[in-house]
Amino acid sequence: MTTMMNVCLEIDEKHVVVALQESCDKLDAAVGDVMLDFSAVPRIDPSGLKAMEALAGAADDKGIKVVLRGVNVDIYKVLKLAKLSSRFAFAN
Amino acid sequence: MTANDSSLSEERIAYLEGLVRQARTAAAVFTQYTQEDVDRIVKQMVLAGLEQAQHLARLAIDETRLGVLEDKALKNMVATEFVYDYVKDKRTVGTIREYPERGVAEVAEPIGVIFSLTPITNPTSTVLFKCIMAIKTRNAVIFSPHPSAGHCCYEAVRIMYEAAVKHGAPEGVFTCLQSQTLQDNAFLMHHKDVGLIDATGGPGMVKAAYGSGKPALGVGPGNTPVYLEKTADLNMAVVDIITSKTFDNGTICASEQTVVIDDEIYDIVLRKFAELGTHVCNEKETEILGRTVIDPTTGFMLPMAVGQKAIDIARMVGLSVAPETKLLIAPIAGVGREYPLSVEKLFPVLAVCRANSVDEALKLCVDVNHAGGLGHTAVIFSRNDEVIQKFGEVINAGRIIVNAPGSIGALGGIYNDMVPTFSFGCGTGGGNSTMDNVNVYNYLNIKRVARRTPAHMWFRVPNQIYFGMNAVENLRHFPSRSTVIITNPAMEQIGHVDVVRRNIPPETHVHVSVIPDAEPEVKVVMQGVEALNFYKADQIIALGGGSVIDAAKIMKLKYESPQADLEELAAPFLDLRKRVIQYPTEKVNRARLIAISTTSGTGSEVTPFAVLTDKAAGRKVTLADYSLSPDVAIVDPQFVMSMPKGLTADTGIDCLTHALEAGVSILSSPYTDANALQALQLAFKYLPIAYENPGDEEARTMMHNAACIAAMAFSNAAVGVNHALAHAFGARFGVAHGRANALMLPHVIAYNAAVPSKFMPSPNQKGYVAHKKYAMMADLLGLGGETVEEKVQNLVAAIEQLLDQLAFPRSIADLGISKEEFELAIPDLVRIAFEDPSWRSNPRMPLLTELAELFWSAYRGRSLAKLPSKRQQKAVDERLCV
Repeated sequence: MTTMMNVCLEIDEKHVVVALQESCDKLDAAVGDVMLDFSAVPRIDPSGLKAMEALAGAADDKGIKVVLRGVNVDIYKVLKLAKLSSRFAFAN
Repeated sequence: MTANDSSLSEERIAYLEGLVRQARTAAAVFTQYTQEDVDRIVKQMVLAGLEQAQHLARLAIDETRLGVLEDKALKNMVATEFVYDYVKDKRTVGTIREYPERGVAEVAEPIGVIFSLTPITNPTSTVLFKCIMAIKTRNAVIFSPHPSAGHCCYEAVRIMYEAAVKHGAPEGVFTCLQSQTLQDNAFLMHHKDVGLIDATGGPGMVKAAYGSGKPALGVGPGNTPVYLEKTADLNMAVVDIITSKTFDNGTICASEQTVVIDDEIYDIVLRKFAELGTHVCNEKETEILGRTVIDPTTGFMLPMAVGQKAIDIARMVGLSVAPETKLLIAPIAGVGREYPLSVEKLFPVLAVCRANSVDEALKLCVDVNHAGGLGHTAVIFSRNDEVIQKFGEVINAGRIIVNAPGSIGALGGIYNDMVPTFSFGCGTGGGNSTMDNVNVYNYLNIKRVARRTPAHMWFRVPNQIYFGMNAVENLRHFPSRSTVIITNPAMEQIGHVDVVRRNIPPETHVHVSVIPDAEPEVKVVMQGVEALNFYKADQIIALGGGSVIDAAKIMKLKYESPQADLEELAAPFLDLRKRVIQYPTEKVNRARLIAISTTSGTGSEVTPFAVLTDKAAGRKVTLADYSLSPDVAIVDPQFVMSMPKGLTADTGIDCLTHALEAGVSILSSPYTDANALQALQLAFKYLPIAYENPGDEEARTMMHNAACIAAMAFSNAAVGVNHALAHAFGARFGVAHGRANALMLPHVIAYNAAVPSKFMPSPNQKGYVAHKKYAMMADLLGLGGETVEEKVQNLVAAIEQLLDQLAFPRSIADLGISKEEFELAIPDLVRIAFEDPSWRSNPRMPLLTELAELFWSAYRGRSLAKLPSKRQQKAVDERLCV
């Protein structure tokens, strides 16, 4: 089975919230999965977490899977504790 | 009440859920922070708290109408500055402590969301304290202040929150409920995302916290007894008590409640109190106080008096006192419901009670302690260390303050080196989960990262071993005034005793004690000890096989340590170094034990074991301790040249079994392996020769050495399941030890070489290696084989061939034991084998069913090992020169 990945964004450490909001906007145009590259993000703050929650909600509404790539284990643990990890797929 | 309680409106539930979600998010984000991050934030919070200490004190006084402004400000400063001083260098993030010598590291894991209830008595200081603890430990807190202190607490939370977030703490890390209800509290206490309830306050709140089923830090009320003992510095004591009991108008729950005073100083103390601005009540005034400030129905203090000034309380109850009165002293005659003032009073009323002796004083203090103060705080003023120590033993309190004020002393860091706190754990006596001065470590899950630490090993053998033909001549080098030779009748008959005698220095008085040629009995041992005592022996020579040497070891033990209880010393143990029963170390006579073995099998001349038969109890007692090892071993083959063929075979196979079992033992080491492998080689080569040609001096010499070397291996690596099976079977059917070992040996090797159904815990082994070690043994013996499996099969085949050569019966059935008889015996055999300590060092942990299978395999014989291929058989034949 082939998965179409028509949106792939690199998340910038200093503009996590903005980047996530942009991703949210692009969901309308998305056909397949959306991949967000977190390789350059060492830490996430509460506003970033809220933006991720919003993104997850929007993706759910549109039936789109959001794949997070390169998430470090600290952020992965934050997502687990915030009960958001199940709403995303993860790729290395 | 649950988190889904229907008594809350949907809007309220949504509000509370929002608070929890916000705290959960903050706590999740907080996990990414470093120690440096939190330390930086904490410092700024502390500075903000100090800045606002007076402002918050004023707010607290205005709102609660309890306490003293100056004292509340001081408490706010203690809650910030003193707590900071304690926590500033503490590690609370990542690895917080390391114990390299134990291979253990402690790693901090935050709790997450804490639901915190705060009291009316210390409202702002408790909030400041908890905020600092939470940030230091990377937790988020939802505060629920006492309803009558909501505003000041909210302000304290706000000040801490703004300072924290300004310096990098995650948003939402603190929130404070306003206008909350009991239903709100219950909802949050039961919420699945709340990790901990920290309830500082009254018993109802604490009980609700624990009743929620959540992990809780519930602290609570006290009733602090004070013992003012006659040796105390009275001036200091009186001032300290007044200072403490009037501090914030007595609102700290650790403050003094009843002072028990020795009769000798009672009047002086009351006079000093009176001189320093207190009012000592007369009987009538005490009675009035008792029924007005204490609820006669419940027996608890009435809220109207809490935190009020003494003068105001006096006015309230109609007492006439001087305007400068700071404390009301109420003499009472005892403790209990008939003395209402003997309970907790969070206001400046202090009960005093006269005691006629230390004993009576301690009992009165215990009474106060048990009248609502269990686990909390107690105070003693004394210079008598014995009394202080006794007080500490009999009083159940988390804080026992010596020669210092109770309330300020219990806070920690001011009058003593206790941990600064505003939450006093009262232990199980107070229904609490902790007795600590609650601190940052109570806000952490502390994980232990434990690295594998192999146990230290050892290799212990007698420090003098003389071997080779005529090695007995070395006896000349051991001066002795009185020597007792322990031996059996056969040794006398064949002249071995004379050989020994000839080699003992002529100036030595030599006595011979002949014992039966059987496993020693207690009676025989005690007779031997009598002989040693009679002759005042300074040297014992054991001349014989394993039984004689074992007897001599136990005789020496009882001779040196007459109080040694053999029954107790035989107590089972798992690890020699951790055994419960220790062998005596004192030696009365310091006699030397020289062991001269006359068989080539047990190796008892170098082992730390001895077996005793207790005929009266119908059982054997095995003693094991390195103190039993002989001081000197003489391995002289002249004493085995005349061994009969059967004994040569039996003892030789015992030696071979020792080598094989020590070789694969979980306690084996490079040191024991060296011995085990050498013994194995010697036994394989020389046992058949010694058996076929008993007069072959070289073969006898090498087998004698092999037995001793194998014994050095198993003295340190122990044996295995083969011995457990052989002990059980041999004892039940009266079969010689070596013969019993031989029947089990091929089956046990095949069993140990297979993949275990249950592994044996063995910290010193890296993986399962028994099959590889058998293969290594096969290589050493030159048995051939390409794979590990082939090599193991060749080893089994070679052993079977050796057993045939030595004319051993090859199955239990061959011994004439019927299947029915054996079947009947199996349950007992399995039970006894399992109780035998020998298997505990076996590489594979035997299940009961497996023990039964092994017995049955031995009954049938030859069925476990696969038949070797022709090529393998040829290699074995060549090696054994068949």
